[in-house]
Amino acid sequence: MQRVAVVVFPGSNCDADTLDAARAAGSDAYYVWHKDTDLQRADAVILPGGFSYGDYLRSGAIARFSPVLRAVTAHARAGGAVLGICNGFQILCEAGLLPGALMRNARLKFLSRPVRVRVEATDTPFTASYERGAELTLPIAHGDGRYVADSQTAAELEANGQVVLRYVTENPNGSLHDISGVCNAGRNVVGIMPHPERRNAQVLGGQDGARVFLSLEARNATQHVGDLRAVDGRHLRV
Amino acid sequence: MTDPKITPELVQEHNLTSEEYARIVAMLGRTPTFPELGIFSALWSEHCSYKHSRPILKTFPTTGPQVVQGPGENAGVLRLPGGWAVAFKIESHNHPSAVEPYQGAATGAGGILRDVFTMGARPVALLNSLRFGPLDDGRNRYLFAGVVRGIGDYGNCVGVPTLGGEVDFAPGYAGNPLVNAMCVGVLKEKDLIKAAAHGVGNVLLTIGSRTGRDGIHGASFASEELTHESDKRRPQVQVGDPFTEKLLLEASLELIASDHIVAIQDMGAAGLTSSSAEMAARGGVGVEIDLSKVPTREPGMTPYEILLSESQERMLVVAKADRVKEVRAIAAKWDLDATPIGKVTDDGMYRCTWQGKVVVEIPGRQLVEDCPVYYPEAKEDPAVAKLRASTPHAARSYAPSDALLALLDSASVASKKWVFEQYDSTVQASTVIPPGGDAGVLRVRHEDFGIAVKTDCNSRYVRLDPYEGGKATVAEAARNVACTGARPLGITDCLNFGSPERAAVFYQFREACRGIADACRALGTPVTGGNVSFYNESPTGAVDPTPVVGMIGLLTRADRAVPSHARSPGDAVFVFGDTRAELGGSAYWEVCADFVGGQPPRVNLEDEKRLVDLLVTGAERSLFRSAHDCSHGGLGVALAEVAMGGPYQELGFGLDVDLTAYSAPLTAHQVLFSESHGRAVITCSPERAAAIQALAGELGIPVLRAGTVGPVNGGFRVTLRDGQIEEPVARLRDVYFSAIPRRMGD
Repeated sequence: MQRVAVVVFPGSNCDADTLDAARAAGSDAYYVWHKDTDLQRADAVILPGGFSYGDYLRSGAIARFSPVLRAVTAHARAGGAVLGICNGFQILCEAGLLPGALMRNARLKFLSRPVRVRVEATDTPFTASYERGAELTLPIAHGDGRYVADSQTAAELEANGQVVLRYVTENPNGSLHDISGVCNAGRNVVGIMPHPERRNAQVLGGQDGARVFLSLEARNATQHVGDLRAVDGRHLRV
Repeated sequence: MTDPKITPELVQEHNLTSEEYARIVAMLGRTPTFPELGIFSALWSEHCSYKHSRPILKTFPTTGPQVVQGPGENAGVLRLPGGWAVAFKIESHNHPSAVEPYQGAATGAGGILRDVFTMGARPVALLNSLRFGPLDDGRNRYLFAGVVRGIGDYGNCVGVPTLGGEVDFAPGYAGNPLVNAMCVGVLKEKDLIKAAAHGVGNVLLTIGSRTGRDGIHGASFASEELTHESDKRRPQVQVGDPFTEKLLLEASLELIASDHIVAIQDMGAAGLTSSSAEMAARGGVGVEIDLSKVPTREPGMTPYEILLSESQERMLVVAKADRVKEVRAIAAKWDLDATPIGKVTDDGMYRCTWQGKVVVEIPGRQLVEDCPVYYPEAKEDPAVAKLRASTPHAARSYAPSDALLALLDSASVASKKWVFEQYDSTVQASTVIPPGGDAGVLRVRHEDFGIAVKTDCNSRYVRLDPYEGGKATVAEAARNVACTGARPLGITDCLNFGSPERAAVFYQFREACRGIADACRALGTPVTGGNVSFYNESPTGAVDPTPVVGMIGLLTRADRAVPSHARSPGDAVFVFGDTRAELGGSAYWEVCADFVGGQPPRVNLEDEKRLVDLLVTGAERSLFRSAHDCSHGGLGVALAEVAMGGPYQELGFGLDVDLTAYSAPLTAHQVLFSESHGRAVITCSPERAAAIQALAGELGIPVLRAGTVGPVNGGFRVTLRDGQIEEPVARLRDVYFSAIPRRMGD
């Protein structure tokens, strides 16, 4: 059983959903308050969606300065698993834990709808239980979801297989290369715009998101992310 | 700064009549102070006092075994299984939205959220009901876009999904759009808290935002007609801060659970004045408030301004006398100020002091309860009676296909995807049926049951025949909820009308309410509260009468919720209910003959109740694959919607339907576009057909096996005795889903 810390910022609004999804997958999930600096021996940290501190300046711009982010950064630098969902993804980019940035949607409107995404990398702690190339239906709900990066960063992301999720059939927000999720070079920090915690049961219209959380427990079973990477065969070097 | 002298002009500016003023002087035994005049002006405004509507509202059925809390509290509460309860309320924010659409709508959402979480309920769904003038006018597009963005930005940030609503367009709303917001929350029944102050010596605290000069006299503004001068009221529109709202929500729920407080209320319309006076009156106690202790945003604010400010995101809490420290600690955890400003007293007086001096001293119960009640004259406008008796002039004759396409392209009928796509509909991970169907459905986590929610009103019917229109509003809401398989439980209402001082308007109001009351009695759905919004008038006249109903339904199993759209080729298609020659008030006459008139369809409440039973029982037995209500646009539009599919389906289904069984004297257009009530279209696997026919027979519902669901992306074919429709479903989808984006330039 993995210990999963769900960080609560003032303005987080997917914290309860995320905690619930992690517990449904069998993890020992608990909240960590934004003013705390102790992650309580977390195996994995999840920054949930919402509008941290109101996001009045720029999405995630204030949250990166919160006390808990120092602990999250240390955890990430030590190779610990970190997932940012939606606003969490924005915060990880602002904090420099993930490359690129998330800008206003191309059509300038908030967009809430299901999208189709393809799993492009399965050698991360949060996608290990998916088949590579699997197509998922997951909800998005964001105003700032257009992923951008300079051309060199974008080329590196593609070359290193750091694109984790990619929109298929339709790019809803104008993201570069249809990117809807990326990971860092160490592959332990992942950010995604869709909300897997909102689609983890048949009563919610499907369970395509459940494996994001199940992946953590699967990784627990095999102990090493490295094993999964070897199976995947694409990023043995990392 | 000294307060102005009380003169007849000043009294008039405060929207108080000379009779009302005389009553105030008699009550006090002296001339009121300036702050007292402001208080009476706010609490005796139509918005707060319901002085024109109260006798009519008393005729609503409000009781039933499912009712935990009826009208009179911040929200109504109905009982759910497992010790759970649902708190819900709808409220208008029409006037602010007319002058400042974004903030007007945003703060409307904010206010209704607070009404629900002050009951101890966690908000789980937002809905809305919106009315604008036609979209070919730039100002209407501006209002429409601003309102939708305002509602979205607020609800999205607070993290409450918008699960449904309705939007309609008609010339009658051009000068005065309607913005009604509804919130639904769940709680354990034992955790319900009421907004009644008690316990002499207990401490009043304000929590949340500081008090500023925004929104002063909002309640009075909401109680007058809009004029060319109304733009000057823009500074009276409050500004919303959804981030603070979210903190306030969490802090309030934590406070309610903590047992440190005895009462809590939103400082909504008429701000500190109404919240403190109402809490005191409900508890039968007095209060004393030191206004100089209220935290303000700017220096120099007067007692008058502090009492009447409608600054948003503020709560008034009554804390147990020895728990003030604990209350402040909980607020501080959420980075909110909590400031003691007064205490509960035993003398029944509503008293405010300012720098040691008493500036307000009014008998508390009389302040809230002794507002005069009016019984205005009610008389139908003869022009309406004439319109009801008329039919359209011979118009251009549309082929059935062309008429259907014209209807699907009209903004009132077309898909509202452009709207609800801007609202987060899946946050809280509990959405079972999202917007775009008959009603929204949500689950309660770790429970089997689900809740269905819907707002409804067809103002065309109400305008032409207010009694039948009132009935129809409730009936359609019940039908929508029942289509998902939910049993309708109760309603909240938002009654939007023009000035009650005009006999023709008051007639509409009285008759519409009579219709609502009769329908609620027949369908077993009591009224648990709501809101009256009068004076929706602009220089172009009164709005169309729009009594919006927000319905709550209970699904015993959320996982058996029935969607609205066809799901599988080869499924059988049934039409329940009778189709009659009832084109009065129809979308067809409006769109194809530019005529809104005639006798709108009459509701047979017995039939309606039986249809609800059929839909609920069929869903419980898992007989249906889909169920869709037949209403605006008639059977033609209903069948098309079943075939076209949900807003995020990539392709629709073909449909092959034979309606020749509807024999003479019904014409093709009457069969397709009559808006007869008591009907629904369902699809089912062919093996279930016999069971459905048997069940419908048992309940005495006419049933027509009309045809079959066709292949994915197939053809939509309807065969009629004197005509037919044959269109690729892709074409219907294209028209239906692009109608509003095209008009909005997207």
